[in-house]
Amino acid sequence: MKLSSFKIKRSLVAGVFFAVVSVSLVSCGGGGGSTSGSDSTASGNSDDNTLIGAGSSFDNPLFSKQFSEYNKTNGLKVNYQSVGSGAGISQLTNKTVDFGASDAPMNGKQDSALTGPAIHIPITAGAVVLSYNLPEVKDTLLLTPDVLAGIFLGTITKWNDAKIAAINKGVKLPATGIVIAHRSDGSGTSNVFTTYLAKVSTDWNSKVGKGSSVNWPVGLGGKGNEGVAGLVKQTPGAIGYIELAYAVQNSMPYAKVQNKAGNYITPSIASVTAAANIQIPADSKVSLTNTDAADGYPISSFSWVLIYKEQKYNNRSLDRATKLLKLISWMIHDGQQFSSALTYAPLSPAAVTTGDAILKSATYDGKPILQ
Amino acid sequence: MDTSVENGMITRSDLPLRVINSTPEAILKTKKRARRSFRQIRTENIFKRTLMIMGLVMVILVLGILLTLIVQSLPSIKSLGLKYLWSKVWDPVQDIYGAWPFLLGTLLSSFLALLISIPFSIAIAIFLGEYHPKGWLPDFLKNAVELIAAVPSVIYGFWGLAVLVPIVRNLESHIGVEPIGVGIFSSSLILAIMIIPYAASLGRSMITMVPSHLKEAAYGLGATRWEVIRSVVLPYTKSGLFAGILLSLGRALGETMAVTMVIGNTSLIPKSIFAPGNTMASVIANEFTEADKPVYLSALIELGLVLFLVTVVINLIGKKIIDRFTNE
Repeated sequence: MKLSSFKIKRSLVAGVFFAVVSVSLVSCGGGGGSTSGSDSTASGNSDDNTLIGAGSSFDNPLFSKQFSEYNKTNGLKVNYQSVGSGAGISQLTNKTVDFGASDAPMNGKQDSALTGPAIHIPITAGAVVLSYNLPEVKDTLLLTPDVLAGIFLGTITKWNDAKIAAINKGVKLPATGIVIAHRSDGSGTSNVFTTYLAKVSTDWNSKVGKGSSVNWPVGLGGKGNEGVAGLVKQTPGAIGYIELAYAVQNSMPYAKVQNKAGNYITPSIASVTAAANIQIPADSKVSLTNTDAADGYPISSFSWVLIYKEQKYNNRSLDRATKLLKLISWMIHDGQQFSSALTYAPLSPAAVTTGDAILKSATYDGKPILQ
Repeated sequence: MDTSVENGMITRSDLPLRVINSTPEAILKTKKRARRSFRQIRTENIFKRTLMIMGLVMVILVLGILLTLIVQSLPSIKSLGLKYLWSKVWDPVQDIYGAWPFLLGTLLSSFLALLISIPFSIAIAIFLGEYHPKGWLPDFLKNAVELIAAVPSVIYGFWGLAVLVPIVRNLESHIGVEPIGVGIFSSSLILAIMIIPYAASLGRSMITMVPSHLKEAAYGLGATRWEVIRSVVLPYTKSGLFAGILLSLGRALGETMAVTMVIGNTSLIPKSIFAPGNTMASVIANEFTEADKPVYLSALIELGLVLFLVTVVINLIGKKIIDRFTNE
C-alpha cells in the first residue's frame, strides 16, 4: 500500500512537471511564432561589455578570431550568432542585436522594414569559386562568363562542348555530361554567384535572376559549402560553386574565370583584394562581381557589418554605442591582419577609407560618436 | 435462529456480523483509516485530473500548432491562393511559389520507401514473432532492429551520401539512367531502412499476441507452418500490421535531414524515380533561415501546413482502413 501510494505521488510529480513544461511550450508557441523571441538582448542591456551580433556564416571564422583577439586587449565580449545573412538582417530589424553581418547589401524591401536608416561597413571580402570533378583534366579549367552562364542555364550539357573546348585549347575534355551542384539552402554565396551571372548574362537575368535562393534551371542542391563540395567530389563530371576559403582548405580544384578586362584570373586572396580596389560609392553598397579591376577575380564580394546610423534606440547607452563603433573601426584596421591566415581577402585601402567615413557618420542622439 | 453478542461480535450461526468496536484505541484506528482513505480518494482525484490535463494539453498543442501554421501562412494564401498546391514553379526571386514539385517528391519518396520496407518489416515481424520468439539470435536481431530506430537521421544522411549514393550511381550507369546517384530513389532507400523498425516491432508484438489455441487448432487440422501464418496469424494481426506500416509512413513523410542529404534538392518536377527532387520538409529546413521576404517565409510555412494536412489525411484514411479490417 505504502509503495503504491509512493508510486502515485511520484507519477503525480512527474505529471505536474510535464504539465508545466507543456503549458510553457504552448504559451511560447502562442506568441505569434515570430522569429524574434529574445528581448533580453541588445535593448537596454545592463551589461554593456557584451555586444551581440548575428548574420553571415561566411564571416564567422574571421569574426571569431577577431573578437577573441579584441577581447584580449580591450576586454570587450562579442557574442556572434552565425545564423545566415538574411536572419542577421531580420534580427537587426527587430533590434535584438547590436550589429548584423551580411554577404549582400540590404535590398529596398529590407531597408523599408527598418525603423531608421542602417549603414553598411565593408568588413572583409571573399570569393566564390567554381570547383569541378574531372579526373582526366590535369590543367586548370578556364571559364568565360558566357560558358559559365550556359552551363548553369543548362544550355551546355557536355564537357566536350565546342564552347568549352574553344577556351580550353589543348585540354582533352571528356564526353561526359555536366552535373551541376548548387546550394540548396538560402545563402550569401548563392547571392554573390547569381548576382554575377545576372550581370554577365541577360538570359540568366531574365530567366533566373539573383537572390540567396533562386529557381535553378538544372542541377543538384547540396546543403552548405560542404554539401556542394560533397556532391562535386563524389560525382564525376560535376561542377559547383563554393567559397574560396572552403575550396582552399579542402584542396579542391577550381577554375580560372575570365574577368571584364578579358584576363583569366585564378581566385586567390590577392585577386579578390584587387577586385575590391575600385571606385567605391560613399555608402559602400557595391557589388564587386564582374569588377572593372584588370587583375581582380570577377566573382568576389564584400561582406558588410550593418548597424543603425542613429545609435540611440531602445535605451542604448552612449557607452555601448561607442564600444560598438570602436570595435568595428578596429575590425577594418588592425583586425584585417587575421584575414589572410583564414583565407579571407584583406580590405583594399579604398574600402578602408570608405568604411572610416561611413563609421564617422554614425550618431548618438544626433551627435557623431567617433571623431 | 440463535443470536448472541460476544466480544463485540454479533454471531449468527449462519452469518457472522461485525459491530463497531467502541474502545478508544479502536476509534483512533478507525479515524486513521478514514483519514487515509480520504487521502487516497483525494490522490485518486488529483491523479485523474492530471491525466485529463495531460490529454487536454496534447489537444491544445496540436490545435495550437495548426492555428499557428494557418495564421502564419495567411499572407501566402492571400497572395497565391489555392493554386499554390498544384502550381509547378518555386521561384523566390520573383515571389512565385508552387508546392507541387515538393508535394510530389514527398509522396513519391515516402510511398516508394514504404513499398521497399514492407517485405522486410513483415518478414522480421513474422520471424521474431512466430518462428523464433526466444533465444540469443532473435534477441540480437530485435535489438539491432530497435537500434535502427535509435540512430540519428543525420547519420543515415552521411552514410547514404558516402555509401549508398555511389552504389546507386553505379546501378544507374548500368541501367542507362543519368548516373548522378542522388535522387528520389536514393532517398527512398534510406527512408526504407529508417522506417523498418516501426512496422517490424509493432508487427512482432501483434504476432506474439495471437492466441495459441487458434494456431494449435490449425496445426491440429494438419496445417503447415506457412499455412498457419497465412490463414491464422496474418488475418488475425492485419490491422496491427497495417497500423505499424502507417506509423512508418508518418515517419517517412516528415523525415528531413537524411532526405535532404541524398535527394538532390531541386525544385524541378522529378521525371523518374531516379531523378533528383525535393520534399516539403527538406525545403523548409533548407530555405527557412534565409527567407528574407514576408511572402517567401509565409509560403514556406504554408508548405508546413500542407505537410501537416497530408499527414492528417493519410492517418485518417489509415484509421478508416484499420476500422474496416477490425469490423470484418
